[in-house]
Amino acid sequence: MSVAVVGIGIHPFGRHEGVTGLQMATVAARAALRDAGIGWQDVDFAAGGSDAAGNADTTVSSLGLTGVPFINVRNGCATGGSALATAHAMLAAGAAEIALVVGFDKHPPGAFNPRPEDWGLGSWYGETGLMLTTQFFAMKIQRYMAEHGISESTLAKVAAKAFANGARNPHAWRRRPLSEEEVLGSKMVNHPLTQYMFCSPGEGAVAVVLARGERAQSLARTPVYLRSVTFRTRRFGSFEVFSPSIPITTAPSPTTEAAAAAFEQAGVGPEDVDVAQLQDTESGAEVMHLAETGLCEHGEQESLIQSGTTTLAGRLPVNTDGGCLANGEPIGASGLRQVHEVVLQLRGEAGERQIAGPARVGFTQVYGAPGVSACTVLSR
Amino acid sequence: MPVDALIAGTPSAPVLVGSECRTCGVVAFPRQSSCAACTSTDVKQRRLARRGTLWTWTIQCFPPKSPPYAGDPRDFEPYGVGYVELPGELRVEARLTEADPARLRIGMPMELVLIPAPGGNGATTYAFRPVEGS
Repeated sequence: MSVAVVGIGIHPFGRHEGVTGLQMATVAARAALRDAGIGWQDVDFAAGGSDAAGNADTTVSSLGLTGVPFINVRNGCATGGSALATAHAMLAAGAAEIALVVGFDKHPPGAFNPRPEDWGLGSWYGETGLMLTTQFFAMKIQRYMAEHGISESTLAKVAAKAFANGARNPHAWRRRPLSEEEVLGSKMVNHPLTQYMFCSPGEGAVAVVLARGERAQSLARTPVYLRSVTFRTRRFGSFEVFSPSIPITTAPSPTTEAAAAAFEQAGVGPEDVDVAQLQDTESGAEVMHLAETGLCEHGEQESLIQSGTTTLAGRLPVNTDGGCLANGEPIGASGLRQVHEVVLQLRGEAGERQIAGPARVGFTQVYGAPGVSACTVLSR
Repeated sequence: MPVDALIAGTPSAPVLVGSECRTCGVVAFPRQSSCAACTSTDVKQRRLARRGTLWTWTIQCFPPKSPPYAGDPRDFEPYGVGYVELPGELRVEARLTEADPARLRIGMPMELVLIPAPGGNGATTYAFRPVEGS
């Protein structure tokens, strides 16, 4: 049974003083319903969530009390992907015809400030100054650069590309292009990563409407099929955030396993992907996720990025909406933002940032603490 | 859990206390009541090696938010953080005594020491320092 994305909606990302996360979620949901040409009363299943901005099902207070089954999801950075997987499974099982999925968030400025106790760690871990996601990403890319020959220039090029794409995206937060030199010259945060190589926690909301089978055909102007959606948690040996120690034995990351399963279920391979959105909470993450997802070999990123392959005009455009770097990171919304962008690209409706090449198959990947990853394959 | 529970040995030769799975031999730190590798609950305490090599590192250049950080942001100084590979055991995350990026390199020998814990009060915590003469 095929499942298609028949509607998408977004509330602009950034800072919106006086607007709650739930209000942004409602705006995104209404936009997605309008895009699908249906009303809220037509939806017979819903799922969604935020990390820090409330319960998704509270949106029924303004959307309407229709009695629809609505599941709240709170699964870190994989919140959107997990909600999408839940809705996809309900539709595929025939338990619903039309589903709405919504992800949103609203975080205060500055680095995330998790509590050690919430992550099964002693208070000493935070008191000592180890409870920072930025440290983990810096140490992971530091090791990766040494093993696979990735340069600081490549890290800077990833960020410069994100801001160039963000400048072409009316919903993005950071819309001023930055040069590679400006990125490298910005304040050092955690070696080797500078300020402009990191995304910032922010605000935003995204909703998508899914439909199954014949309803998908009749609703969508340009159906974009959700071929697969998968998520995985970490295995023993993968290098993850908030780890006081890691084993010497290594294992594939949750991203590697989720991506492989997504491609297998979709019946396509990484070589078929025309456009990809990868979790880029910092520049190094995009570099590593390119290979973890199978879109290239480990080490190949250096030549791919230096030659412009991942830009809008390249063979494999990545993070065409500016990614987390230009949009910020509202945890619950980012996974669905990626799906929103792929749908726009596959419809040919991405405006100034429409990719130059063909757009038939798209791929998305989110990764979050303490080792969860969700991937999708979408196609025309 | 206080950090003291993780440390044994003497002030001049501290050791970290982890655990070892009696079924598969996998070593963990801090000590665990079950094995993340094979799921066995048959584990015993194990004192970890004091020396290893630097596997990766970074410098923390901005003051972490307090709480949870115990240090006073007004007298913040950048500090090093890394994973040190203890041969045959595991890789331990810790603060480093060295905060100059030019003096850190992957693969350099490191040893465990005690340093004043952030926030003062005379408490100590563990860190790794480059082995002199290396």
